[in-house]
Amino acid sequence: MSSDALPSRPAENAALAFLKKPLVVALILIVLLLAVGEWLSPGFASPGQILRLLIVAALLGIVAAGQNLVILGGREGIDLSVGGIVSMAAILAGNVMNGADGGILPAILVCIVVGALFGLINGVGVTLLRIPPLVMTLGMLGVLQGLLVVIRNGIPSGRAAPGLSDFVVKPFLLGLPGIIWLWLLIGLAMAFLLRRTVFGYRVYAIGSNEQAAFMAGVPVKTIRVSLFMLSGVFAAIAGMCLLGYSGSSFANVGEQYMLPSIIAVVLGGTPLSGGKGGYTGTMAGAVLLVLLQSILTTVHIDEAGRQMVFGATLVALMLFYGRAKAMRG
Amino acid sequence: MSNAATQTNTGGLGRLIRRYPFLPALIILVLLLALNGIFEPRSLSFRSMTGLISTYLALMMLAVAQTYVVFSGDIDLSAGSIVSLVNVSVIVLMQKWGGDGFAVIAACLAGALIGLACGLINGIVVAGLRLQAIVATFATSIFFTGLALTVLPVAGTPAPEAYWTTYGGRFFGIPFVFYAVAVVAILLAILMRMRLTTQMLAVGDDQQAAFQSGLPVTAIRIKGYVFCGLFAALAALCITGDTASGDPLVGGKMTLYSVAAVVLGGSALAGGFGTVTGSLIGALIIGLINALVFFVGTPSEWQNFVQGLAILLALMTGILVSRGARA
Repeated sequence: MSSDALPSRPAENAALAFLKKPLVVALILIVLLLAVGEWLSPGFASPGQILRLLIVAALLGIVAAGQNLVILGGREGIDLSVGGIVSMAAILAGNVMNGADGGILPAILVCIVVGALFGLINGVGVTLLRIPPLVMTLGMLGVLQGLLVVIRNGIPSGRAAPGLSDFVVKPFLLGLPGIIWLWLLIGLAMAFLLRRTVFGYRVYAIGSNEQAAFMAGVPVKTIRVSLFMLSGVFAAIAGMCLLGYSGSSFANVGEQYMLPSIIAVVLGGTPLSGGKGGYTGTMAGAVLLVLLQSILTTVHIDEAGRQMVFGATLVALMLFYGRAKAMRG
Repeated sequence: MSNAATQTNTGGLGRLIRRYPFLPALIILVLLLALNGIFEPRSLSFRSMTGLISTYLALMMLAVAQTYVVFSGDIDLSAGSIVSLVNVSVIVLMQKWGGDGFAVIAACLAGALIGLACGLINGIVVAGLRLQAIVATFATSIFFTGLALTVLPVAGTPAPEAYWTTYGGRFFGIPFVFYAVAVVAILLAILMRMRLTTQMLAVGDDQQAAFQSGLPVTAIRIKGYVFCGLFAALAALCITGDTASGDPLVGGKMTLYSVAAVVLGGSALAGGFGTVTGSLIGALIIGLINALVFFVGTPSEWQNFVQGLAILLALMTGILVSRGARA
């Protein structure tokens, strides 16, 4: 699937230009969609509504952070297991805290460890056994879904602690709930990680040319395994926040994040071939995606029509971003 | 795919697997059949085999569908939603046209056309507009699901009796599904010998090289999606025969299984290498794993987990074995 052939260009400039363009496009589209929403149903773009929208976008955006990293690392990197990990984290966290604030910290620990563990297995499969990421994480998704059935039969679904719910929905600082701050923090951390650390440069290096990176002494396998682990951790954090958002977990809550997290990354200007792009665009992509869904719910059409419009609009949106180059002789 | 050791340890087995990429899958299949036979001797009876095939014929068709896009390095995440759309369309049309034999045949033809149209849309979106296959076909899958929900909002409308009695029935003592398998096998054998299959594999192997040697790459990829749509429609006809009713979400879960079946069959997801036969075997492997997990007496709540684990392990073994042989 990856057949991009532009290593001859000055990488820095090309990468920067590429990063800027999709982000600007996404931001313009966001403003445009907000205007359309306000026009369709007055009050759509009110601060309260926008805040609610951002909370939903934050949940998707946090999953997409891990997805983004795996995709950036190249070699057809993709993580289909995130949906399963989100569900798993939601139910585990619900049981560990079971409605008590004292259980929040242990729940965070359990979720992070579990997320990292499944990420580690994915990473080992992809690097040491060289299973294509799509196949490895697809298989892992099946295992996770099976595990969820086992867990659900053994224990009740659990409840969110009030503190966690407040963190997700109640204003925390400057009128914004904690999850928005968390998302911003993740955004900053990702920008720092990718642009200011050796690790970040290595991610781009293995994503754009693994062979060259290997020759230059980059520990390709270690980097790739850690990307999958980070993806698992981000999905687990999102699962916990999702529990706080909905109060209790239900079957396969996470599945709705699997493919949308990939779409958010692509709409944010990171091509699936990896090696270029960044998280700022992905954040805009997540907002864009949630915004679009939200507009469609305010319009009075039935579920079927809504899905058709959503699918067609997604295709139209993708036309703005990273289309493959036309073949040339 | 940059493999370190090329063309060194190529024993007789290696040559055999390169010639017949589905060989590891075939071995897994035989192994699973044997295990099934050990744990439940009756599972090898003619009757059980018929049951297995009529349940998994739909997945076999969908695996074939997926193979034709995987050949050229693409993927179709909307395959399952095409199954749903064709399933509800055929059900509604049969009901509208009266439910007699004529109506059934006309509805099946219409269903095939709908599948072709969906495939054409996918092909134009992915290859024509040059979008990334994974995300673009996910978007079209949302569109097709919406369309299916428009045709039939809730599951339940039954198929006319003539339809499912034919699918589950026997002719001259041989179950209908075996005739279906035979017809499809002949069809696939013809397709395999067509130049198009080679061209698809060439595109999947190296798109740039295929283009430079004068192949109409975009047209070939679009044809792959059209084939995928057609076989997804056939899968829908099978599932309609098996469940005898319409369900706008029936195919959703099948998409990822079809991808798994293709990989189990020894085809490379990156394209350029694979066989349809392998995918058929891959789909049967999934069916047999599910049956085996049941026969060994796994507690019901553990079944999904053991199935998932077994499929993951089978996927990994298949990839490792075929790579070991090709390296």
